[in-house]
Amino acid sequence: MCLMKSGICEMATTSISIAETPLVALMLERADDALILGHRLSEWTGHAPMLEEELALANMGLDLIGQARELYTMAGIAEGCGHDEDQLAYLRDARQYRNLLLVEQPNGDFATTIARQFLYIAFADPWWRSTMASSHPTLAAIAAKAEKETAYHLRHSSEWLIRLGDGTEESHARAQAAIDALWPYTGELFEPGNPDLIAQRVCPDPPTMRVAWNRTVDAILAEATLTRPSADGILRGGRAGRHTEHLGHILTDLQYLQRSFPGATW
Amino acid sequence: MADPAIPLWEVFIRSRSGLAHRHVGSVHAADVTMALQNARDVYTRRGEGLSIWVVPSNAITASDPADKDMMFEPTGSKIYRHPTFYDVPDEVGHM
Repeated sequence: MCLMKSGICEMATTSISIAETPLVALMLERADDALILGHRLSEWTGHAPMLEEELALANMGLDLIGQARELYTMAGIAEGCGHDEDQLAYLRDARQYRNLLLVEQPNGDFATTIARQFLYIAFADPWWRSTMASSHPTLAAIAAKAEKETAYHLRHSSEWLIRLGDGTEESHARAQAAIDALWPYTGELFEPGNPDLIAQRVCPDPPTMRVAWNRTVDAILAEATLTRPSADGILRGGRAGRHTEHLGHILTDLQYLQRSFPGATW
Repeated sequence: MADPAIPLWEVFIRSRSGLAHRHVGSVHAADVTMALQNARDVYTRRGEGLSIWVVPSNAITASDPADKDMMFEPTGSKIYRHPTFYDVPDEVGHM
């Protein structure tokens, strides 16, 4: 059931308004995380250090964009205003995006990309595994598929972080710098979810993932001979639409075609 | 392309239909764990495999192309080694 007032003509090139119930907001949060991180990984295409890693990054990007598509479609159905995956991805402004600040941070060097992937996936993998028991059947189905993908992303980024950290002096310094630079964004991973959705067992509450995340992060950082930053991650605002300057640039790139040529297909 | 200091690995994949692992190509990787990951990412993107082997390329001993005549030519005249001189009953199916 659509909660938006009807009769407002939406030009295709302008942003759409979303009737954001808690369930719709949840779908958009997770879809935006996946789309923005997937887009970031796709930026490596043609630039990766070696062919094997180029394909690995593109594969993971495609996994994430696939998750985003299913979540947007589900958000559109839950919203009930007829918005499809493309409209939700291409016709919302930065302030309407609900992704974590962590996933929109620039690729930087290879160590930064791997550290960003690792810090996010160490949260997303247990979150999806727990969401497989969701009371919402579609979300449970998406979780069952996503969890297999994130399990591999976790293995891939862990193995790389260990080798970068425990590698050469240069790779160690870059890996530590990446962890230090991204650490302030990690607190946002554990922002509490909507209490009603948690009570209805639609999804697990992010703060309950902290134990699993700490266990993974501490084990891999130790094996990588990297130091865990002491301060807590305090930068947040992404879930409320307050983003770093980087998201606007991503959306310019991502949305240009649909904004300029509404409904274009090929 | 890849740093020559990164070792090369030969990749073998067993397809869904079973049968033996088949050589599909090679990948660069610093160690065996990364070689398996790279093989997965490069060669199983379209559901090709259920099992992967990676072998250091320098562990393979190859025949010398110059020995081609000595090694393979003599079999050319031994047509009786092909199972074409008896009828296979239909009931046996694909062999």
